[in-house]
Amino acid sequence: MNLIIFGGLLGVLMMFAGILLKDKRQVSMVALLLMVALAVLNAWEMNHGPVFHVNTADMLATSRFNLLLNEIMLGACVIYFLLSGRDIEKVGNYVAEYYALIFFIFTGVGIATSYTNLLMLFLGIEIISIPLYILTGADKRNLKSVEAALKYFLMGSFSTGIMLMGIALIYGAGGSFLLSKFNLQFTPISYNLVGGLLLILVSMAFKVSAVPFHFWTPDVYDGAPTVFTSFMATIVKVAAFVAFIKLFEGSYGIIQEKWQLVISIIIALTLLIGNITAVFQQSVKRMLAYSSIAQAGFMLFALFAFNFWAREGIVLYAAAYSLATIGMFAVLARMEDFSFEGFNGFAKKEPVVAFAATIFLLSLAGIPITAGFFSKYYMVASALAGGGKYLWLLVLAMLCASVSVYYYFRVIQAMYFKTGDAVAHAVTPAFKYLLVAVAALVIILGVMPQALLQYLYF
Amino acid sequence: MILVSFIFLPLIAALISFGIKQESVAKTVSLLASLAVLGIVAYELTLPAGSSALQYSRIWLGSINSNFSLLLDGPAKITTLLTAVSFVVIFLATWKNSYADVNQYYGLMLLTMSGLMGVFLASDALLFYFFWELALVPVYFLCSKWGGEKRIPVTFKFFIYTFVGSVLMLIGIIYLYNKTPDQSFAWKSFKAVVLINKEQLYFFWFFFVAFAIKMPIFPFHTWQPDTYETAPTSTTMVLSGIMVKMGLFAVIRWLLPVFPEMSSKMGNIVVVLSIIGIIYASLIAIRQDNIKRLIAYSSIAHIGLMNAALFLHNGYAYNGALLQFFNHGINIIGLWIVVDIIEQQTGIRKMSELGGLAHQAPRLAIMLVVVALANIALPLTNAFVGEFLMFTGLFQYNVWYAVVAGISIILAAVYTLGMIQKVLYGEKNERFAVKDLMPLQSLALLLIVAMIFIAGVFPKPMLELGQAGVKAISAVVMK
Repeated sequence: MNLIIFGGLLGVLMMFAGILLKDKRQVSMVALLLMVALAVLNAWEMNHGPVFHVNTADMLATSRFNLLLNEIMLGACVIYFLLSGRDIEKVGNYVAEYYALIFFIFTGVGIATSYTNLLMLFLGIEIISIPLYILTGADKRNLKSVEAALKYFLMGSFSTGIMLMGIALIYGAGGSFLLSKFNLQFTPISYNLVGGLLLILVSMAFKVSAVPFHFWTPDVYDGAPTVFTSFMATIVKVAAFVAFIKLFEGSYGIIQEKWQLVISIIIALTLLIGNITAVFQQSVKRMLAYSSIAQAGFMLFALFAFNFWAREGIVLYAAAYSLATIGMFAVLARMEDFSFEGFNGFAKKEPVVAFAATIFLLSLAGIPITAGFFSKYYMVASALAGGGKYLWLLVLAMLCASVSVYYYFRVIQAMYFKTGDAVAHAVTPAFKYLLVAVAALVIILGVMPQALLQYLYF
Repeated sequence: MILVSFIFLPLIAALISFGIKQESVAKTVSLLASLAVLGIVAYELTLPAGSSALQYSRIWLGSINSNFSLLLDGPAKITTLLTAVSFVVIFLATWKNSYADVNQYYGLMLLTMSGLMGVFLASDALLFYFFWELALVPVYFLCSKWGGEKRIPVTFKFFIYTFVGSVLMLIGIIYLYNKTPDQSFAWKSFKAVVLINKEQLYFFWFFFVAFAIKMPIFPFHTWQPDTYETAPTSTTMVLSGIMVKMGLFAVIRWLLPVFPEMSSKMGNIVVVLSIIGIIYASLIAIRQDNIKRLIAYSSIAHIGLMNAALFLHNGYAYNGALLQFFNHGINIIGLWIVVDIIEQQTGIRKMSELGGLAHQAPRLAIMLVVVALANIALPLTNAFVGEFLMFTGLFQYNVWYAVVAGISIILAAVYTLGMIQKVLYGEKNERFAVKDLMPLQSLALLLIVAMIFIAGVFPKPMLELGQAGVKAISAVVMK
């Protein structure tokens, strides 16, 4: 609840800061401080309850699960501000506005992760999406950025429309927007209901860029300014996943059989297309865009089996994936050349940065001792906990994970084993230390995932 | 508590080594660390069975019931001893070699050692998997950065090959975890798992393929000769001497006790595959001109025999295989040391271009002959005892298998003696001069030769080390 109220308030504050402060650096500092404050407020809610008690009329309800995920997103955003603040300043003149939009997105995140009413879901997803359209086109002199924004906006509008139609059908079936009312255990299954659920499934799959609704992702991620790609690919995607999980959690028990069939097809396609297409990319930025599709495939396992493993897994996955991707994008944003060759010989020039980037890539590939291993592990375990019925899916997922090693390691090879002179801008000592700290965090989570997961319970 | 130092001592030394700039200090730190580990291992070996220092357990991931638990049983004693001895010998023998970024090289070597120790000690399936993958990562960097030409694609093939194998094993581990009576990753619980026939069939192969790729067994061996050839030689020593034992060791700890029925049902297929590999690799070895590839193929043949021995369900064969774990490691490291010395001085790997080394470097020649004879398993050398026991087991299992596999002894003599002839004798190539062994190299090779003869004449201590392990396996498998 704190996130919704204060996210909006601090966003407005941020806009005023833009009027008062002329120096971009100061704006960044203010944004960082406010984001830390937001994270603290959310942590406060986890331990002590919300600051303001608002009667939400059963529209919103927070749980430990979503608060923890909010906290992960906020923490990731603090790290993101620290690592990429300078890049945000470089995008254009309206720095304060960019920050304000990010705060507004967090308001949307707050709603989308705690809704109990389909209207709130719609509201949350829209509040997340509209600022994103603007951020994608923030670099307005760059045609690619503008194209990406338009593409994203058009496609996003369609998905919004589909979601609304789905909600309308569900309302038609049960006469209510409440999640608890269309919980299939009490509602008779009708064409309206199933149709509605399928339409919502489609629009949510669009938001998490699951195949076959992924076509916007590579273009938008590639076209958007690199800093905002990083934000979109991590924090926003996690938020969409939490909303997705919440939507189907209640109905799962009844439709399990059919649901698993549908979702397993989506997972298989997402993994296959995401991974195989990533192999053929020549630009690291585009590779990371496809890799984010591939990673979404693994995160979808949380929707495959709603069990203990899935809950812990998505928490871990959100943290591992966000940290590694934000770190990797922060490194990428410093590079002159985004192609694989652009990284040639990088380790000689910037050994510390290259080391941290290696840890991030290992984590994305799911190698033990990094957080990525346990996050993938939990996902596989969640699907296996129900028995070996979908063994083919797991074998496929694991083979896809091996494929992903191929393209992540290409960057490592370029950095360490090939000769060349990679050019990187503005690598300050502070940036290096931060990057190493994030890498250390990835390793700590990889050895002691319990350090994070315990917050789910206490 | 002492067991933990097997893993953490090299790990800490590795971290120290990364921070050191001077070459000699990095080398000294590595050597001291490996010596210290060897000392601790030797101390552990003197402890009586059942001593509390042979086990260690601590909660690691409480909520999913995975513990940081280590166990030093018979097979583990042999493999950890091999690891500790090998690293000391490798560091001694390659003391004079110079590498770019030497501190990183040694740091990665120590990390590998740490990972290997973890694999051999882990008695928790998740922990085992963790180390299994972890041991691979430093090797990837070692081979890709310091290897010969074509190192990047070759190492990459090796990495992805083994990675594919191990992720399938991960599925198996999780599946078995769900089937354990107490939802735990402990080795004991895994042994108590009851599976229906079909499950056993699937997961036996999931596990076995992971191990077979690591060993490697025909037809999963294609990564091996290329990798051995391009990797820096001291890394090849680790790969061929110790890392292949990961696969064999894993069969003993994680395959035979967990799938006893399926192991005996599938035993025949595995043995046949191994024998095909033995003959196939021996035949290819004869045709090799590149000395490194020759040793690589000869290693496939030896490993094939050991793997076959593990599936014979025969006490002699187990004993021989465990003995050979150690001996094969020592012998092949000896061969690589000689090859490394020749290559460092001449830059040549082709046997057709070498020749007449016996005149220039008589001491080197003697060492090479001894190690090579041990490679053929001549009586008095260590490998004889092990191979004799394994062939006894094979003979009792199926006479014809023993006959076919026995041909490999002759083939081994053909290619090994051929190698000696071409490298040491014959016409001398005038383009280079080879200096004889330097003191540290002599020391390393003398150690190896001493181990070859001692283990060849008096194998009892080593046999006793493995004995407890053999009994334990036999009790489960040969019901």
